[in-house]
Amino acid sequence: MKALGIILAGGNSTRMGELSKNRAIAAMPMAGSYRAIDFALSNMTNSGIQTVAVLSQYNARSLNEHLNSSKWWNFGRKQGGLFLFTPTVTADNSWWYRGTADAMWQNIDFLKKRHEPYVIISGGDSIYKLDFSKLLDYHIEKQANITVVCARAEDGEDLSRFGVVKMDQDDQIIEFEEKPMVAKSNIVSTGIYIMRRRVLIELLEQSNKEGRYNFVTDILIRYLGMKKVYGYMMEGYWKNIASIESYYQSNMDFLKEDVRKYFRDEPHIYSKEQDRAPAKYNAGSEVVNSLVTSGSIINSKVENSVIFKGVFVGNGCTIKNSIILDGAYIGDNVYVENCIVEKNETLLSNTSYVGKEEIKVVAEKNNRYSV
Amino acid sequence: MGRKEMIAMLLAGGQGSRLGVLTSDVAKPAVAFGGKYRIIDFPLSNCINSGIDTVGVLTQYQPLVLNSHIGIGIPWDLDRNNGGVTVLPPYEGSENADWYSGTANAIYQNMRYMEQYDPEYVLILSGDHIYKMDYEAMLDFHKLNKADVTIAALPVPMEEASRFGIVVTDEEKRIIEFEEKPEKPKSNLASMGIYIFSWPVLKQALTALKDQSNCDFGKHVIPYCHDKGMRIFAYEFNGYWKDVGTLGAYWEANMELVDLIPEFNLYEEFWKIYTQQNSIEPHFVGPNAKVQKAIVGAGDSVYGTVENSVLGPEVVIDEGAVVKDSILMGRVHIKRGAYIEKAIIADNTVIGENTKIGVGEEADSKLSTKIYSFGLATIGSNSVVPDNVTIGKNTAIKGHTKNEDYPNGELTGGDYIIKAGDLT
Repeated sequence: MKALGIILAGGNSTRMGELSKNRAIAAMPMAGSYRAIDFALSNMTNSGIQTVAVLSQYNARSLNEHLNSSKWWNFGRKQGGLFLFTPTVTADNSWWYRGTADAMWQNIDFLKKRHEPYVIISGGDSIYKLDFSKLLDYHIEKQANITVVCARAEDGEDLSRFGVVKMDQDDQIIEFEEKPMVAKSNIVSTGIYIMRRRVLIELLEQSNKEGRYNFVTDILIRYLGMKKVYGYMMEGYWKNIASIESYYQSNMDFLKEDVRKYFRDEPHIYSKEQDRAPAKYNAGSEVVNSLVTSGSIINSKVENSVIFKGVFVGNGCTIKNSIILDGAYIGDNVYVENCIVEKNETLLSNTSYVGKEEIKVVAEKNNRYSV
Repeated sequence: MGRKEMIAMLLAGGQGSRLGVLTSDVAKPAVAFGGKYRIIDFPLSNCINSGIDTVGVLTQYQPLVLNSHIGIGIPWDLDRNNGGVTVLPPYEGSENADWYSGTANAIYQNMRYMEQYDPEYVLILSGDHIYKMDYEAMLDFHKLNKADVTIAALPVPMEEASRFGIVVTDEEKRIIEFEEKPEKPKSNLASMGIYIFSWPVLKQALTALKDQSNCDFGKHVIPYCHDKGMRIFAYEFNGYWKDVGTLGAYWEANMELVDLIPEFNLYEEFWKIYTQQNSIEPHFVGPNAKVQKAIVGAGDSVYGTVENSVLGPEVVIDEGAVVKDSILMGRVHIKRGAYIEKAIIADNTVIGENTKIGVGEEADSKLSTKIYSFGLATIGSNSVVPDNVTIGKNTAIKGHTKNEDYPNGELTGGDYIIKAGDLT
């Protein structure tokens, strides 16, 4: 593959509320056994990309732990590899990443030293499958300077958190509005781009000189008339999970057989293996229409829910339409409906958590051993 | 090669013939266990958890599955520059080419592998048992006693002691006598087939016995060391240890995992058991499914009923199918309306619609009463069982079977269908 990958995983969003307190969005647990970034990483490895740089600065500890070896995604070790770049103080820079373009600019030496002619940039907070080699073919065929991967937003999706795109008949992007209050089309940018490495370096250096740090507003939109920017429509499932509603919805989507099959079929999505024993159902389990992940122990009722790794559900509980993240411990006779229960949470016995109008995030930090 | 204090030699070449069709194309250490693992994962994980990073795995019988499972040792952190896991098959030399003819003979033939690491101690393991054990604690015991050989020994109920190799010790745990399956045992300490040798002792004993045919640790090497007056100690082990050498024991050990509080706990954070697995995703339980008292593997899709059973990874149970008291290994597909009771079904097997397995009266196996005698129906890997047939107890099936293989749509209790060399 003639491209290297960059994953912009620095981001956080107030739309994630309580959930983003502990981690970057890219490190959000996803669909039972993954973290959000696994989708971008797996797409890259499955497209033959050997070198990937992950740029992160917000609460990178979870990510750091997750990305501790390139082995889990089959990236190269000597030829290429997986790199996590957090901001560092150097002789001529002591800033945090001031924006997406700045994050890349601060690692421009890495970009300059590589030999791959193209760069593929993706966020770490999208759930999708994409063959980047097809994207590269398209980019070359169109003789584009930058190609932006676009998707059709679902009906009713709040477009004010996306870049909204308008293309001409040749799929050249003629209008790009970042996070508009009123959207002029339902085609949105997925935050996935491809361009020549030299072009990226040149644009980053220019922007930095001008004190501009944001890739979308300061580069993509600013150069729209000057550079040939094309749109590439992504087929299949795509969802950005950077809000509580979309995060919840995307997890729930995996209860649908077609979505599950889409991601289960080859090429696979990889993740770091956790070495947990298979899930265990004790007498009294009543699980329907749910996903249950390894290491979990179920003793009672679970319905339309996603149970992540190593969750314990006690006796007499009802878990309904909820997402229970890794390692949560749910005592006896607990009622949970329309909730996202944080990782390693403890829900005390005889309690009840119900999301009424919206999904409730349960992050109470109860002391487990007083149960 | 850098020097290692202790290296492990893991004997994984055995067929495990009492597991019948389960081992017709895989070695016993590669047989699936507990909905996720293979038997060899237990000693391999014990090694890395005990700080042993150099393991030679001796293979001989049907090594393909075992080889690809072990790979370069990534799941066990045994992919190392110095040491790590090395698969050691029998090989041809300039003068002779010998199969491994016994446990000690196999180790003897790999003397040069061990010499590379110039170890102080060598740990001899077999790939046949389910247990968690800290070999480092055993090594400490070995050093403390200035032992030449230390044998791990398990206290068994006195009335069962006559089934085992028994060691008799003095008050310092030094072994003074061995009894092989004694009628009147003098002790209840059974040898677990786990040995630590001081390297010079092992080297000397193996060299002295190199012409012994079928040279075996229990039968030849240990008695030789005993006769020479060496210091042989018994290291008492009091944890869970299960020999899964028969279909009955294999079925039971799996079923014990389903207990409310299993004696052998795989859910602890401490002393994890590692394995190579392709499937990591959650399993799905369908809208009309019923799952109770079960271990359900990664990537399974359960639309039917599962009770008191262990399911491996990527198993599919169609709607209306019932699985009871059974063990299903990876990628087994149970089609609509099938009924499975007390069966062991090995990897990649398909069971047809409305087929019933494990029903009717128990009858003696026509193939081998020694192997198939626990009321179990056993189906080997990569098999196909057609729609609408009935299969009795103590039966064995292996291969791609068709309706015409079942007279009157039935395989009666004790009967078998084995299609050898079937690759489709």
